[in-house]
Amino acid sequence: MNCERCQARPAVVHLTEIVNSKKRTLRLCEQCAREVQAESFGLIPQLGLHNFLASLFSNQVAAPFGAAVSQGEKCPSCGLSEAQFAQSGLLGCAECYRKFSNRLDPVFRRIHGISKHTGKVPLRTGGKVLLSKEIDRLKASLREVIGREEFEEAALIRDRIRDLEKEMAGEAD
Amino acid sequence: MSIKETVNNPHSHWMEASGPEADVVVSSRVRVARNLNKSPFPHLLSESDARDIAHSVRLAIGNAEAGGGPRSLDLVELGELTPVERQILVEKHLISPDLLENFNRKAVVISQDEVISIMINEEDHLRLQCLLPGLQLKEAWDSINLLDDELEKTLEYAYDEELGYLTSCPTNVGTGLRASVMLHLPGLVLVNRIKDVLGSVSKLGLTVRGLYGEGTEASGDLFQVSNQITMGQTEEDIINALISVTGQIVNSERAAREALLRERREHIEDRVGRAYGLLTHARIMSSEEAVRLLSDLRLGVSLKLIDIIPANLITELMVMIRPAFLVKKAGKDISSFARDVVRATLIREKMGFK
Repeated sequence: MNCERCQARPAVVHLTEIVNSKKRTLRLCEQCAREVQAESFGLIPQLGLHNFLASLFSNQVAAPFGAAVSQGEKCPSCGLSEAQFAQSGLLGCAECYRKFSNRLDPVFRRIHGISKHTGKVPLRTGGKVLLSKEIDRLKASLREVIGREEFEEAALIRDRIRDLEKEMAGEAD
Repeated sequence: MSIKETVNNPHSHWMEASGPEADVVVSSRVRVARNLNKSPFPHLLSESDARDIAHSVRLAIGNAEAGGGPRSLDLVELGELTPVERQILVEKHLISPDLLENFNRKAVVISQDEVISIMINEEDHLRLQCLLPGLQLKEAWDSINLLDDELEKTLEYAYDEELGYLTSCPTNVGTGLRASVMLHLPGLVLVNRIKDVLGSVSKLGLTVRGLYGEGTEASGDLFQVSNQITMGQTEEDIINALISVTGQIVNSERAAREALLRERREHIEDRVGRAYGLLTHARIMSSEEAVRLLSDLRLGVSLKLIDIIPANLITELMVMIRPAFLVKKAGKDISSFARDVVRATLIREKMGFK
């Protein structure tokens, strides 16, 4: 059935009010329910999926209830703070997934039972991801061999890195 | 052409009653969430950044079409449409209600046959959707997979080797895939088995909802079943699991209908006949009553108790009786009583009565 207030959207909320011991039930859509509640009770926090996600995420910091929430760390790329995520349940950008990875891992396992993707790999981006991981790996071993003063080996690795970087630039065109 | 025409025409390909298992499965939908790598997710975008995203998608669909990709696609910014036109796209299931919030930042791409749509700057930068009549989840996934490949030739997706496709909300990360079927289950409702069936379904990692979104109470005996988990399974696994569960539900719905015909034939015939009588002769009809009666009529058509009404007309009417379509038909905003009158008239006309 449709919302009794706006008559336009489907009713999804049953709101029961008791005023002067008279009971009244209203069938409302989400938007009207929010407005009606805001009118009669001031602010009622909405309890939605995002709130649950946020609590999974912020459980780890074990902040005492009611304690001032610190802004926590911020994503260097989009500026989203831990506090913002805890409020909205939404991440800000691709970089957030790397920045908050330790904190997100348990969230994924809670939602999906696992934190590893096994599905589709995008053709172009997927190739790049593999290349850039390989470059990172080679750079790390380059530092290692230089540390050990194995310069011939280092030269080989450096050439390999250059090749891969060229390949990546080529794909970007 | 195009999206303006879409809102004027109540018919959509998904409403055709020709699909497989169409007596129970009204439609199949597959959508995937995709984001661009270098840009903040939509909820952090400024209006001009949001426009840039729409622009990138416009380029990508241009390239996809030039490269022999999917059928003719048309992009429109939601701000270019009137409020009624926007609402009609929701009522036709081509966009989600969420796309209407902050509509100035949002855009939509719809294919001419209305099978494919791309919502831009909803919760994610892109949400690719394919909607087909009957049980056609594999076909829907194939279309989306192809379109996704074509777009990715131009767009840099946010993708992580470990986590998969990155999305605004952690519940969509991985495949970003949500597959769903819309089921008409009047038989199970009438024999009082619906709670058992849907209860078991929800124990299998699937979600059940009523028609048109989040509410738990289904209107018109229409239910939507979709996958809950998006990570750790391949797209094919997710689709196949949903197909197999849907098959089971279809079987029990048919068994329930047969049992009803066998044991309560007069009751069912009476119910269908009354629905037909009211729909063809009533002068004032609320949306709730219309949806209920159309559901009874659809049951009658699929049991061949009534053969003068094509099943696709019933699905079409389910959409046409929604408020925005009636306002469009009336040509002006009208009160809820006037809507009930326009609704009754429209149904009578469509069913061949005056």
